[in-house]
Amino acid sequence: MANPVQYQYHPDHFKNSEPAKYKAEALPPGHMLINIGPQHPSTHGVLRLEVITDGEIVLDVVPHLGYLHRCFEKHAENLTYQQTIPFVDRLDYVAAMNNEHIWCLGVEKMLGITDKVPARVEYIRVLVAELNRIASHFVAVGTYAMDIGAFTPFLWLMRDREHILRLLEWVCGARMLYNYIWIGGLYYDLPVGFEERCSEFLRYLKPKLKELEDLVIENKIFVDRTAGVGVLPLDLAINYGVTGPMLRGSGLAYDLRRIDGYSVYPELDFEVPVGRGQMGAKGDCWDRSWVRVQECHQSVYIAEQCLQRLTTDLKRSRDFDPKAAVPKKVRPPKGDYYVRGETPRGELGFFFRADGRADVPFRCKARSTCFVNLSVLPEISKGVMIADLIAIIGSIDFILGEVDR
Amino acid sequence: MSAPASFTTLVALLQDKFGTGIVLGTDEAGMPPAVLIAPDAIADVCRFLYEGEQTYFDLLSCITGLDNGPEAASMEVVYNLYSIPYNQHLMLKVVLPRNLPGQSLPVVPSVSSIWRTADWHEREVFDLVGIHFTGHPDLRRILLPDDWEGHPLRKDYREQEYYHGIWVRYGQERLEDESGKHQ
Repeated sequence: MANPVQYQYHPDHFKNSEPAKYKAEALPPGHMLINIGPQHPSTHGVLRLEVITDGEIVLDVVPHLGYLHRCFEKHAENLTYQQTIPFVDRLDYVAAMNNEHIWCLGVEKMLGITDKVPARVEYIRVLVAELNRIASHFVAVGTYAMDIGAFTPFLWLMRDREHILRLLEWVCGARMLYNYIWIGGLYYDLPVGFEERCSEFLRYLKPKLKELEDLVIENKIFVDRTAGVGVLPLDLAINYGVTGPMLRGSGLAYDLRRIDGYSVYPELDFEVPVGRGQMGAKGDCWDRSWVRVQECHQSVYIAEQCLQRLTTDLKRSRDFDPKAAVPKKVRPPKGDYYVRGETPRGELGFFFRADGRADVPFRCKARSTCFVNLSVLPEISKGVMIADLIAIIGSIDFILGEVDR
Repeated sequence: MSAPASFTTLVALLQDKFGTGIVLGTDEAGMPPAVLIAPDAIADVCRFLYEGEQTYFDLLSCITGLDNGPEAASMEVVYNLYSIPYNQHLMLKVVLPRNLPGQSLPVVPSVSSIWRTADWHEREVFDLVGIHFTGHPDLRRILLPDDWEGHPLRKDYREQEYYHGIWVRYGQERLEDESGKHQ
């Protein structure tokens, strides 16, 4: 019979398991060690920052991670490829469709069944992924505006994001963690009437995006808080492996949807917005936010093209089976694979080693976007004010579920 | 800018520069193509690939640590490089002997002075797989707490029983008479 009491008190159990890198008593006079997080709203989850300051000036930042660690990679080694999809959802939980999409494309590439996936399935995948991308950027910009003191944009963006979540809930039954995209297919076809409702929503959304630009991006207070702050030069960004809107904000049109041309993106027309330093310096916090809002416009445009195809030549039919190409057994041939794709935050990659004998990967590694993007934080926040540090953290737009895995 | 060097040209470039002993094997059909490099030379090879005008691998996408298990008695580090100007992928691999319990961790030179993104990737490999990177500026655990025992992604990993008085082995019952004894 197990002891129902999980925890026995002992004074030794209260030792600090993650000591600070700096010793407060060893700092020179006037310098101070401030601990921000892990429970702090502006760290967007459970990130702990050890900050060394001289008055208001930040001298060094040491991030401490792992408060949400659950060893995704160990789980993936013990589950089949299909069973891992719900875990993949929980990496970047505000853009779960994008994660699933990349995981499934990767496994399909390993199996060599990429060509067998029906075109309608692939267009539905891109449609829901782009809707999720808009929702994800809304969270990024909305919480960022709230971090630096504006509450209205957060409420307005959450209102519009709610429409997207309800559409996706209609599609698969869940609001945020979908398990909708399967290896070789989809859980189910789009519900009847979805295309019409979605077009209606996109018509509603377009003026709201203009409103968002007026309310946040062009707002004088927002510009004053973000322009010229946290400048990330392009060479530094590449050296730190930074990708996604952060890298594009620094001026490089590096979008894997365009460069790798995976899925049906080569058939779709869209632009890759890049930061130009319109308000301050190129690669500042304002550029990163501006790129995100411009990407929302592009995602709306992509979604419209998908809907156009899905209502004409790829129209729903009675005999369409979204699970037709789902393999009975997922057992990739022996080898090492690295597959990648563009999530709203940048390059999400998966490294697989398959031994050819088992239905589970021998080793699976997630190249987390946010983990890599966050690693540049100490570099760009040296010498800024503490209030600007909060602005820089928000502009990186990381999700701790993906940082800690 | 010239055309990207083909995989065979890349291998030939490496052999010209460092001698034929450096390349221990190749896998051209891999996704992406892979080269097996002698462990001691990995940092020099990476610097050459990073700086060379024909190669210019400026983005380090990923570093993966692998444990092949106690029977195979080997561990691996896999580097996924990408060249933005040439749009080319390359996978570098290093095979290391696995340490027995009580021995020191396997050692490989750090590449964090070339790509600074390697700093956190190598800390993660050290933390979860247990490979030591020489020349790393700040090799601490990154995802697990500082006083955690063992490296979870090893194939023979067995979690500790108690962590700060909390029972760790979920799903396994403790014996009644043990529950008060641990300190």
